[in-house]
Amino acid sequence: MATAAKTLGFIPRPTAQTGFWSWVATVDHKRIGILYGVTGFLFFLVGGLEAWVMRLQLARPGLEVVTARTFNALFTMHATTMIFLGVMPLLAAFMNYLLPLLIGARDVAFPRLNAFSYWIYLFGAIFINIGWLKGTAGGDVPDIGWFGYANLTSVEFSGGLGTDIWTLGLLLLGLGTLVSAFNFIVTILNMRAPGMSLMKMPIFVWTVLVTSALIIFAFPSVTVALIMLMFDRAFAANFFEVAAGGSVVFYQHLFWTFGHPEVYILILPAMGIVSEVLPVHARKMLFGYSVMVFSTALIGFMGFTVWSHHMFTVGMGPVVNSIFALTTMAIAVPTGVKIFNWISTMWGGQVRFTTAMLFAIGFIASFTIGGLSGFMHAAAPSNTQQHDTYFVVAHFHYVLIGGSVFALFSGIHHWFPKVFGRLLDERLGRWSFWLIFTGFHTFAFPFHFLGLMGMPRRIYTYAPGLGWELWNLVSTIGVFVLAAGVLTFIANVVVTMRRPADAPADPWDGRTLEWTIPSPPPVYNFATLPVVYLRDAFWFHKYPEGKEKALDFGSPQTGPIHLPGPSLMPILLALGPTVAAAGVLFIRMRLSYAVPVIVAGFVITLLAIWGWAFEGEGGALIEPGEGD
Amino acid sequence: MGMWTRQRGARRGLALLLAGGLLAGCSTLPQTPLDPKGPVAQTQTGLLLYTLYIAVGIGIFVTAALLYVVFRFRARPGQTGVPLQIRGNHLLEIVWTVIPILILVSVAFPTVEAAFSTATPPEGALTVRAVGYRWWFAFEYPELGIVTANELRIPAGQPVRLELTSNDVIHSFWVPKLAGKTDMVPGRVNIAWIQADEPDVYLGQCAEFCGDSHANMRFLVKALPQAEFDEWVRQRQAMAEGPRDLSPAAARGRELFESTAGNCFACHAVDGTKAQGAVGPNLTDVGQRSTLAAGILENDYENLKAWVKDPAAFKPGTTMPSHARLSEQDLDAIVQYLQSLK
Repeated sequence: MATAAKTLGFIPRPTAQTGFWSWVATVDHKRIGILYGVTGFLFFLVGGLEAWVMRLQLARPGLEVVTARTFNALFTMHATTMIFLGVMPLLAAFMNYLLPLLIGARDVAFPRLNAFSYWIYLFGAIFINIGWLKGTAGGDVPDIGWFGYANLTSVEFSGGLGTDIWTLGLLLLGLGTLVSAFNFIVTILNMRAPGMSLMKMPIFVWTVLVTSALIIFAFPSVTVALIMLMFDRAFAANFFEVAAGGSVVFYQHLFWTFGHPEVYILILPAMGIVSEVLPVHARKMLFGYSVMVFSTALIGFMGFTVWSHHMFTVGMGPVVNSIFALTTMAIAVPTGVKIFNWISTMWGGQVRFTTAMLFAIGFIASFTIGGLSGFMHAAAPSNTQQHDTYFVVAHFHYVLIGGSVFALFSGIHHWFPKVFGRLLDERLGRWSFWLIFTGFHTFAFPFHFLGLMGMPRRIYTYAPGLGWELWNLVSTIGVFVLAAGVLTFIANVVVTMRRPADAPADPWDGRTLEWTIPSPPPVYNFATLPVVYLRDAFWFHKYPEGKEKALDFGSPQTGPIHLPGPSLMPILLALGPTVAAAGVLFIRMRLSYAVPVIVAGFVITLLAIWGWAFEGEGGALIEPGEGD
Repeated sequence: MGMWTRQRGARRGLALLLAGGLLAGCSTLPQTPLDPKGPVAQTQTGLLLYTLYIAVGIGIFVTAALLYVVFRFRARPGQTGVPLQIRGNHLLEIVWTVIPILILVSVAFPTVEAAFSTATPPEGALTVRAVGYRWWFAFEYPELGIVTANELRIPAGQPVRLELTSNDVIHSFWVPKLAGKTDMVPGRVNIAWIQADEPDVYLGQCAEFCGDSHANMRFLVKALPQAEFDEWVRQRQAMAEGPRDLSPAAARGRELFESTAGNCFACHAVDGTKAQGAVGPNLTDVGQRSTLAAGILENDYENLKAWVKDPAAFKPGTTMPSHARLSEQDLDAIVQYLQSLK
């Protein structure tokens, strides 16, 4: 079975198929997807807990549930957690698990790199939260806002370790994200099933492709900004030090050149999920597929032309403000097209109100509101009245919860039977949807009012008499309802997982390749590689229109399938940069062993690369029907 | 400003109904940008409401369409067969590409117009240099030789040219009823302008996160009738010679203020005295101010005393030290001195 060739690697490739170490060493995209999903969901709960404490503090004027500094740490870590540790990894879970299934492949292009992305995400996520152990009082939890504007991030104004932890943590997280992006692009371009031309790919795959491109172009910008910030803090460089000729506005440009595409990194795959769920549960083809593809690509490109709309108040002057106002407005066009195409997808269909579908419909309704407030923000002169108020807070909670998170819940209910072989309970599902839907709107819609009443964001307290009391209280109540919905969802998962795994291969009458294989899929995914002739091939295979062939299951497999072998090198390689980052942190702590720790990090990295290169092919040959 | 700000009253009424008027019995919103009281805010709010109506209109249309489609085409029991698989419709897709473009063009023109019309202060405007500090505002009138803090007095009906900068981190100058935000950026000077059409007190607040007490960085703009403003300028300029006619207790307070006993002079300035510190707010006219600690406390005897004694209790992170070491009498003396500065 296993190829036991002698290798130059210093740790042999593990062979365990089950148990703890099999998960640590796994390179199976499905297992990595599950790891991303579980970890991302746990951090989603952490971020939610942080939000809950903030809403308690703001329920009434002048409350002292937490200190000012703790509150500032909470909103910084809430955003950082939700964006980088919650929603992005949850989206990555879908990408990892589904991408090979949707394109008819047996894994991603680089399985070990895929594992590396997960482990460095996990280490970065722990790293960035490490300051909580010391508490917020000394500034050791990041409390600089999620975009960490210079020069508040200087040692002079943020003397604790929080900013260093934040900077280094984000650098680690960015590394994993970049590697994933390359991995997905190569997978999509090279590993599609025979016959699946680009324009026959499921739309979700398109959104992953565009998102990955966005990551590759956007993350270097923030990486530069963060490294400059790290140098400013650890080595007294003066990139953002005004007195030494640095520029604080420069940081903002670098950050938002990343930051705006990042918003699309969070929403495009979510749109992809909804674009897969709607056709299945309405039993109708996605309306205007090619326009949807083009809109996705266009939103991706245009995402790089609008960054300064986050900076309309910074003093760029009317010419620059006007230009960025117009480019921002332009993005509304492809976004609007998508919304109308989603609605048209359901037109003439048979809409089944499954939980997955309810969340998808909730997505359209809620995301539209977020999109419209986004359109309002484009008007630079009136933006100066909305900027940094709760109106903006309303906007991004509508696109991130009403958008990304609703899409994630939709996708979870849709693909849960595929992943775990069990259908989530629909009754509990409907309860969780309605609680989450009403809780979310009760919690976030009042932010529109508060913003228009002049409440700035990021304030830990407010005075009575400004008219903000009622809607703050309503919002806090909404959080409790939203939390009840999330708990109902968790209960649903727990109850469902205790049932036998008896989900059929195709419970929803699906349209794409993942529904052609058993639930859960065997370790090799496809016993025989499918040949695709049409978009929605599985659907037209089941419901042919005319004589056109839709899908073939290829030639019968001859001989066993080779599966990539597990490896411990990915986790070791992820450990290296993490140790080096800790060393940089130790420089700021003036610890004598800081430099040796950095060196140790590099040594671990080099060792891991050595082991990676020379640990041998490994892997197993497996007969279809055997194993898993 | 043009047509986009006309019919403000009606639009504002509707907007308040949509946005804030829902809340029962809360007709006064002292910090809302939807109640603009000067030309800059009126232009901005006009545009804001125009985009708000479009957004609400589209939102209602899309929601209605969504609900209609979802219920009209819901799966029914006994349904057989599969729906017709429609791939798309070019005409429809062109329609819902072109219509949004037309709507956006209708927004683009007033947007650019307003961006330019609100950018440059009118000629002959009074200049105020506003400097952000953690966590208070300094206001200097270079043409009048006046320096004050946290309360900006301006003549009603007159444009005021603002030179905005910061002494430490980025802050943002925002008086919602008079103008949208302009950031106060260290190392550069941003120009903005405000004008209050009517004499009144307008609330302002820092709108860029600036650390611990960002929430406690507020200020007031007091728009006075021109004659009153001129009178204030005269009176305020006269105060440059230092405080006069101090009561014995206040005189004792001044001694403490200006000696290492109180050590106030190390950070604060009082014009015409030995105290010329430049770290904290200029206190020459602190007795005139209606609020303390950058708009977070009412300026009365008890609050002032409590503030001096333990500022961090009100403003976490403040660099102003505790004065709990001073005796009650000394604190009282200092407070009496401060209250006499008007």
